[in-house]
Amino acid sequence: MKVGVLALQGSVAEHLKLITSVNKKIEAVPVRTVDELASVDGLIIPGGESTTLRKLIDEFDLFTPIKVRVEAGMPVWGTCAGLILLANKIEGERPYFSLLDVDVVRNAYGRQINSFVAEGDFADMYINMVFIRAPKITRVGGNVEVLGVHDGVPVAVRQGHILATAFHPEVVSRDNRVHKYFLSMIESKE
Amino acid sequence: MATKPENKDANNRKILNRNLAQMLKGGVIMDVTNAEQAQIAQAAGAVAVMALERVPADIRKEGGVARMSDPKMIAEIQQAVTIPVMAKVRIGHFVEAQILEAIKIDYIDESEVLTPADDMYHIDKNKFATPFVCGARDLGEALRRISEGASMIRTKGEAGTGNVVEAVKHMRKMRSQIAEVAALPTEQLASYAKEIGASLDLVRQVAKNKALPVVNFAAGGIATPADAALMMQLGADGVFVGSGIFKSADPQRRAEAIVKAVAYYGNPALLAGVSYGLGEAMRGVDLDTLTDAERLAKRGW
Repeated sequence: MKVGVLALQGSVAEHLKLITSVNKKIEAVPVRTVDELASVDGLIIPGGESTTLRKLIDEFDLFTPIKVRVEAGMPVWGTCAGLILLANKIEGERPYFSLLDVDVVRNAYGRQINSFVAEGDFADMYINMVFIRAPKITRVGGNVEVLGVHDGVPVAVRQGHILATAFHPEVVSRDNRVHKYFLSMIESKE
Repeated sequence: MATKPENKDANNRKILNRNLAQMLKGGVIMDVTNAEQAQIAQAAGAVAVMALERVPADIRKEGGVARMSDPKMIAEIQQAVTIPVMAKVRIGHFVEAQILEAIKIDYIDESEVLTPADDMYHIDKNKFATPFVCGARDLGEALRRISEGASMIRTKGEAGTGNVVEAVKHMRKMRSQIAEVAALPTEQLASYAKEIGASLDLVRQVAKNKALPVVNFAAGGIATPADAALMMQLGADGVFVGSGIFKSADPQRRAEAIVKAVAYYGNPALLAGVSYGLGEAMRGVDLDTLTDAERLAKRGW
């Protein structure tokens, strides 16, 4: 299995490291080009600045290739900025991939001083959740499963082969369970 | 023994603040002096903006005491963009830092570009919930700032000169010292820590991880896409561009070009493409013409 991390900007190294920590046989590769994208079985869109990411995805002609592959069933996981890019609706701005039937509000918890760490359920696990200038999911479509909730707000969602988290599992060292969960989504596709 | 709640809170702040810097990796942080420039920077793909009244090139030219910017101007920039907003305080001026924390700035730069307020002590950054970035010329300086609570480091370079030579020097020094520490037998770490004036605990961490415990950006004198890619190839996690953008002939295009150069720093064909017909870069300064007093990097210790 080969898993890609979109490597234009953001927490790329952290995701790559945690994927390899699940299973040394899984290849984790940075994705910057259409060829690299074509070679992977699943893609992670990491945390970073979503305005920067969308600009670079556009500039380097990755928008359509990513969208086409996800529509064709390639598993994808967006963390924080990645969630914003996948959402059907972003408050106050034009949506990007529109692949995930949720509405989001960016920086909904406030500025950096309002960033926080929480604990909560994700699928059937109890995990640490790190929220950094995080977006908030304000509406969840009928075919979207809520996997995690914080303070009554969904923070982890899944729509078939599309996974999104408002928090950053990639920065919680020594815990690769959410990565393991995503890898099992890719496995069940294969 | 259970962790005391306040220790846990402090530890969580450290995690949050260091990791905000991780999210900025591979990105460009741009100096802006008003809301309009901030919007240009954001549209060009900047990961954050640094709000300040005068870019370093102007501070250099006009002289006088350079201080924290007017909170009104910073607030206008905060309103204008969704990306994180940073601002500078003078070295040691903890009240300027308190003011920036009160207006919820995302990151504070305790910066040698402004006139130092204390010639003995840097700010005790551990007292703040807001993250700090600090300049460093070598490993010892970086680790002293991290001990004080900095959650991000940048090279000092020589701000406002458009001359990248000092940033290169600082980045190379840092990298070679990290390699040196990593190769030392453990019994020599204590004397090495003493030699560079850093805490043994942090030196041990660097030896173990072969890296600084926080993100390290390049700053000071970066003016072209090639400069930015040079710093990335030398191991920077991202770059700050100060005067280089809004002192050039075509700021918007140059900003976009530098963002692309940082994302694809290892691709010379692409770097050629983004550098093509970019117009005049900022004029810049030959560092041999500067006196010691004019060298900003010498501020701080």
